[in-house]
Amino acid sequence: MKTIKVSVVTPDGPVYDAEVEMVSAKAKSGELGIMAGHVPMVAPLDIAAVRLKKEGGTDYIAINGGFLEVRPDVVTILAQSAERAETIDLVRARSAKERAEKRLQEKPDSIDIKRAELALKRAVNRINIAENK
Amino acid sequence: MASLRDIKSRINSTKKTSQITKAMQMVSASKWNRAESNARRYAPYMEKIQEVVMSIASGSTDASHPILMTRPVKKTGYVVITADKGLAGAYNSSVLRHVFKTIQQRHKSSDEYVIIAIGRVGRDFFVSRKMHVELEVIGVPDQPSFSDISDIAKSTVNLFQNELCDELYMYYNHYVSAISQEVTEKKILPLTDIEISGSLTSYEYEPDPETILEVLLPQYAESLIYGALLDGKASEHSARMTAMKSATDNAKEIIDSLSLQYNRARQAAITQEITEIVGGAAALE
Repeated sequence: MKTIKVSVVTPDGPVYDAEVEMVSAKAKSGELGIMAGHVPMVAPLDIAAVRLKKEGGTDYIAINGGFLEVRPDVVTILAQSAERAETIDLVRARSAKERAEKRLQEKPDSIDIKRAELALKRAVNRINIAENK
Repeated sequence: MASLRDIKSRINSTKKTSQITKAMQMVSASKWNRAESNARRYAPYMEKIQEVVMSIASGSTDASHPILMTRPVKKTGYVVITADKGLAGAYNSSVLRHVFKTIQQRHKSSDEYVIIAIGRVGRDFFVSRKMHVELEVIGVPDQPSFSDISDIAKSTVNLFQNELCDELYMYYNHYVSAISQEVTEKKILPLTDIEISGSLTSYEYEPDPETILEVLLPQYAESLIYGALLDGKASEHSARMTAMKSATDNAKEIIDSLSLQYNRARQAAITQEITEIVGGAAALE
């Protein structure tokens, strides 16, 4: 099967670099599946898992926002942070979830609520990926 | 002439000082190494994001976003990146002097500018001069990760988006080489000078260019700030390394000249003793 190169890049350095058969990501406008030969495209991503299907298995990466760029020969995901399923610290993710939940219950001013909601979303995303890998 | 004991104690204390500066030099050297590799790791991200911003901004002329718009300037924001502590030669003072001079030249009243200070030295400098510091971060780690800075980067970009300031400049020491850093002024917002170079890919946008710019541009502006911080950190460590190296060299020079003095004084004391003994023996004959 034809493969396409995928690289996940964050400000703290590259996270993933490999040839895969299919990239599935959740864009703001809906689920996307990208295979070799896709038309060049740019799409913003939601906080969710990116699934990279390749021979002999699937890799999961937790993506915190950012966007996806498709070129004829390469797919690049640019995110402010990204973690591979193997490297997610489950304990830290759980405590981040609890923290965010607590902050949401206390309900301070509106800016903090938005931030706490995002933090909660990120934590839940990481926990899901780490548990289902 | 100072007594033997005085000279000896000065030599000892200078030696102690030079041991400390030598240790600090080595610590900075290893931090500098890592800071440099951090800056290198960040480069691909910046390149990529720049490429995409460029091709979207140039490809679709109808796409517009507040971040790309120049508006009449009522208030200017200054992001100043300094270290948290001194002992780094001219690292902090050269940036601060430059910013201070620029502000004095450009603005008549303090309503015309806001300062965003990254680093304790810069914060203290502006606070003690009664200049308004809108946002501050102190205690940035030596090897900052993006999450350490994302809060202030976000709030800084928000200042612009909420029209609390109409342009944003950033001042930091650009890392040229281990022995040279230069103060750099960079305009972050509005993004007007996006250079177009190389081959551009024409993309399909999902759902449309405006939505993508909405996500992309703030992220781009934030990464500019993060990039400058990494650059600044590399400069800081190399500046501290150089400063500590010259301090160690100076201490060595002082020790050399003091040892010379010490030996002369010792010689003089011995000569004097001999003369006294000879004089005493002559008196007995």
